[in-house]
Amino acid sequence: MFYRVAGQYKTSYQADYALFPVKQDALLLALILVVAFVVFPLTASDFMFRALLIPVLIYALAALGLNILTGYAGQLSLGTGAFMGVGAYACYKLVTIFPELNIIVAIALSGFFSAAVGVAFGLPSLRIKGFYLAIATLAAQFFLVWLFQKWAWLYNYNASGAIQVPNTQMFGVTVTGARASAMSQYFVVLSVVCIVTFLAINITRGRIGRTWKAVRDMDIAAELVGINLMKAKLSAFFVSSYIVGIAGALFVFLWRGAAEADLFDIQLSFRVLFIAIIGGLGSILGNYLGALLIVALPVIIGTVPALFGLPISSAMVEHLNTMIIGALIIGFLIVEPHGLARFWAVIREKLIIWPFPH
Amino acid sequence: MNAHPDHHVIVAPPGDDIAKGDLLMEVKNVSLAFGGVKAITDISFDVRKGEIRAIIGPNGAGKTSMLNVINGFYTPQVGTITFRGQERRAMKPHHAVRQGIARTFQNVALFKGMSTLDNIMAGRSVLMKRSIGWQMLWHGPALAEEIEHREKVEEIIDFLEIEHIRRTPVGKLPYGLQKRVELGRALAMEPSLLLLDEPMAGMNLEEKEDMSRFILDVNQQRGTTIALIEHDMGVVMDLSDRVVVLDYGKKIADGAPDEVKNNQAVIDAYLGVPH
Repeated sequence: MFYRVAGQYKTSYQADYALFPVKQDALLLALILVVAFVVFPLTASDFMFRALLIPVLIYALAALGLNILTGYAGQLSLGTGAFMGVGAYACYKLVTIFPELNIIVAIALSGFFSAAVGVAFGLPSLRIKGFYLAIATLAAQFFLVWLFQKWAWLYNYNASGAIQVPNTQMFGVTVTGARASAMSQYFVVLSVVCIVTFLAINITRGRIGRTWKAVRDMDIAAELVGINLMKAKLSAFFVSSYIVGIAGALFVFLWRGAAEADLFDIQLSFRVLFIAIIGGLGSILGNYLGALLIVALPVIIGTVPALFGLPISSAMVEHLNTMIIGALIIGFLIVEPHGLARFWAVIREKLIIWPFPH
Repeated sequence: MNAHPDHHVIVAPPGDDIAKGDLLMEVKNVSLAFGGVKAITDISFDVRKGEIRAIIGPNGAGKTSMLNVINGFYTPQVGTITFRGQERRAMKPHHAVRQGIARTFQNVALFKGMSTLDNIMAGRSVLMKRSIGWQMLWHGPALAEEIEHREKVEEIIDFLEIEHIRRTPVGKLPYGLQKRVELGRALAMEPSLLLLDEPMAGMNLEEKEDMSRFILDVNQQRGTTIALIEHDMGVVMDLSDRVVVLDYGKKIADGAPDEVKNNQAVIDAYLGVPH
């Protein structure tokens, strides 16, 4: 009834190629954007921004990057954490070498460094597939984290071995560093994430997206319809690592404020991979749903029992969190490999014919 | 055979300078071996523009290997292939596509997770040029290009009568329709030579009739030259202009369907005699 698509005729291919051919989808997105850009800033607390909203967006962006590689192009990667690290360290070096550089420009440029590293470690994908490729990217993960520790130039020879985010301003507002307010950081992250998502949707539905999906579904057939496998795979590594690198730069500059090499270890890679799997491989929306679940779950476990007067220790929160996420991943892999995004697709289909399902 | 009345006339691919009946491709003394196994031994034949050329023979005769050689999947150890007047040696399949050779497979090789529309659009990947920058914005030249190719793809969808499954993921389609989508994907490449590897394998009579009609229409309306492998002799003899017969990797006969049908070597090796 509310989601009726009947009567929404398309009279041109251009109309058919609109971002949201169904009116209700566009309305729903507009509602979400209003909540994100207006309602949250008016109502949310600093805790809400720092513990929930900003990390959800950043993790969703990282998962989006990984999803392009794994969900769209079918190349499994376990090096996401390290590629995020490349973006973060590149951004750090850029702002220390060029202090005048606008932080957004620095973040956008840092993506190219992670993209280049991603392509270099993606070269084995031309020869090997599946688990073997995953092991090759695992090598990237360990090598890069080692490099972050050993190459002192990367962290400006700080005695602590950590990178400390400087205060930078944009339009007179401090957006990074200790003096930045949570809300201004939230706006920056939200804007970047919205723009990248828009561009990612367009890439994945056009020629390049079809090329990636063709390689994923059957690489031999892809080659025989004229797709250059090398170009397709390396472009997937490039775009994916670019987005992951931006997510890494945001991760440190607009959320954590400081970082050591260990932050980008395999745990981070797995967390992003879990978000992509639970959210749904081969879907853009899924990254947001997955990130929401993975980030919100520990917050919910930590706060909800306390509201009912049940004392819960932080160790208990962590254990419960690990158990639930583990169970969820196994559950999703068995029941719905397409993740939360497929759940939404099913609900949407049901809504379209509700309340007359025949 | 007359064209189906409600079919749209589809124009032949541009830039075809070879006149109908002239030599389109010549295979000369080609041999292919995998280690000690000789798949193809010293085979020569030609394909003329506008004809339907059948390759037949018993299982293991080297028919599919021959197609794989033609579209660059295998590189023969000996021999040459001349396509549109140009001789070529080692090449990759995507080069063959760029030269205008498209093919379908014995076992359907579609992109199962993608819709019918996307599968056929993927066939036009080589014809699309817009950079990633425009595609990211989904605007201007990229959108215009997408729409231009969509129109071509819709013509093919119309032609093959698969409008109703446009948005269905092909993994969910029945086998006969998958074969049709695969033909659509090959047509989307606007080939000057179309290779069909057992287009009617596993089909019932009605599906075979449909597929035969599509093949004839492609040949007659679009002027596409077709080389096909098929085991249904009724279909082969009806459709094809000339037939080449392989056995154990060697050519044993070549000629018009009637000649081949009555050739003693072919009867002994493959056709047999009716009981």
